[in-house]
Amino acid sequence: MNVFVFVKRVPDTESRIKIQADGKTVATEGLNFVPSPYDEYAVEEALRLKAAKGGKVTVFTAGSDESLPVLRKCLAMGADEAVLIKDVAGETYDGLRTARLIAAALHKKYSGFDLLLFGKQAVGTDNSQVPSMVAELLGLPQANVVVKLEIEGSAGTAYREIEGAQEKVAFSLPAVISAQKGLNEPRYETLKGIMAAKKKEIPVLTPEALEFRPEDLSPGIEIARIDLPPVKQAGKAIAVEPQEAARQLVDFLRRDAKVI
Amino acid sequence: MILAYIETREDKVKKCSLEVLSEAGRRGGDLGQDVAAVVLGPKGNAVAAELFSYGAAKVYIVENPGLGSYSTDVYAQAMAALARELHPAVILFSADSLGKDLAPRLAAKLGVSLASDCTALAVKDGRLEFTRPIYAAKAFMTFTLKTSPQIATLRPNIFPLTNPAAQRGEVVSKSLELEAGQAKARVVEVLHEQGGEIDVSEADIVISGGRGLKGPENFALLRELSALIPRSAVGASRSAVDSGWIGHQHQVGQTGKTVSPSLYMAFGISGAIQHLAGMSGSKVIVAVNKDSEAPIFKYADFGVVGDLFQVIPFLKDELKKALAE
Repeated sequence: MNVFVFVKRVPDTESRIKIQADGKTVATEGLNFVPSPYDEYAVEEALRLKAAKGGKVTVFTAGSDESLPVLRKCLAMGADEAVLIKDVAGETYDGLRTARLIAAALHKKYSGFDLLLFGKQAVGTDNSQVPSMVAELLGLPQANVVVKLEIEGSAGTAYREIEGAQEKVAFSLPAVISAQKGLNEPRYETLKGIMAAKKKEIPVLTPEALEFRPEDLSPGIEIARIDLPPVKQAGKAIAVEPQEAARQLVDFLRRDAKVI
Repeated sequence: MILAYIETREDKVKKCSLEVLSEAGRRGGDLGQDVAAVVLGPKGNAVAAELFSYGAAKVYIVENPGLGSYSTDVYAQAMAALARELHPAVILFSADSLGKDLAPRLAAKLGVSLASDCTALAVKDGRLEFTRPIYAAKAFMTFTLKTSPQIATLRPNIFPLTNPAAQRGEVVSKSLELEAGQAKARVVEVLHEQGGEIDVSEADIVISGGRGLKGPENFALLRELSALIPRSAVGASRSAVDSGWIGHQHQVGQTGKTVSPSLYMAFGISGAIQHLAGMSGSKVIVAVNKDSEAPIFKYADFGVVGDLFQVIPFLKDELKKALAE
């Protein structure tokens, strides 16, 4: 099986977010960047499919040179190859723009895949757009938020999480799948993997090589502003006997908050 | 026209779809746009009256054998065909599991960008402005879409319902040519969770536990509380989920679900930034924690510094009394 995995560099989930002076950009200084946690489930699933069925795992990202460490981490986990689709640094928040870059890379340069794996969303932008958009642009089946994946020959079954249930989705390969927590337990990189990943050549695909003109990549959204959430006033905290605490808590819920 | 995408479940309109229709009505008023609802599949006639009462002037019903069980690509085809015929200025979906799956495929089919998971819409200088949380609500971005139609998904439990009014409207049946026989992917079965629990993302009240519960068996305490409170669900912190105490579908936080219930009750949850990111949009937050320095108390409207194992039994009694009145 030839599996392509798409990953993104994001600030880790412990990050504190600050806004730059322009009021429209998130400050990136001091943030620790990692592969988006859901992408690691996608990489792991690809490695397991390769172990079971043979084939190759190629990892892609769209981004600047700053995204190279994220690709190297995936190589260290065991991916065979990595490709950087060159894009601007920073966020455009426009999923369609990213999906077009990816679809063009696959259409023009990297065909012959059986499966395209994504994380269900990149933490941070949290758009959940790119997998479905790539599927549409390439005319492929899709299943998002997948917690279990079964491949038999050219047929696939994905179990996708919905509210209080799972949908069992049938499709044929090639297909687009986005991974949810629960799909697997991602492995750690090995020292040997890390050393080998350092030496790997990572080819770079530029927008020009994909025949994009600059205006083709103009974002379809215009940011007016980015704000921090209003600081919440801490409420009352009590430290009394358990019975009295329970009484006051229920009293608060009924009389003040009026939620019970 | 603002077109609201309506989902039904067991022949009833989903609450999050009524929220979408309500918001379509408010912004339609600002923009001077008519409001219409669209129902794909066979339930349309049964729910039309309810959709009129929430402000739809027209209800489009698309019946087609291909629209039985859900298929993203066939549903996207149907919506694209409708959009090309009706030329709506705006199409709104709920940002529930279906909307998050369908809206991006439709947007790509129509070649437009998408505003995902919005928590506020406004009209400024005659243009629709979208606000959505980023970095799990550590920041909010406000933006406009340059492309048309403008498509957005709206986060459930955020947008208020309008008061239903006795109103009449028009039902328009559409027959569309769909390549339904060639669905690329289709739902062949829906597997419900045991006990028919409400999902944390849909519950009015979320009762969550963290490391302070000390073990998987103690989630039973929260389930007992939940059993007393209608429309409540049990949630969990990442550390409780990663310890294997409860399934990940219960996880609230940046790598779990984002919830905005009317009440969030945190038991033995310290309030790590990644957990706060998933629940800080809750309307009322209460916390019980032994550690008076726990960050959760900075976000709680009411905090109890104490041992949850001692407090919960009394809490059950007090809740029973309160709910019986």
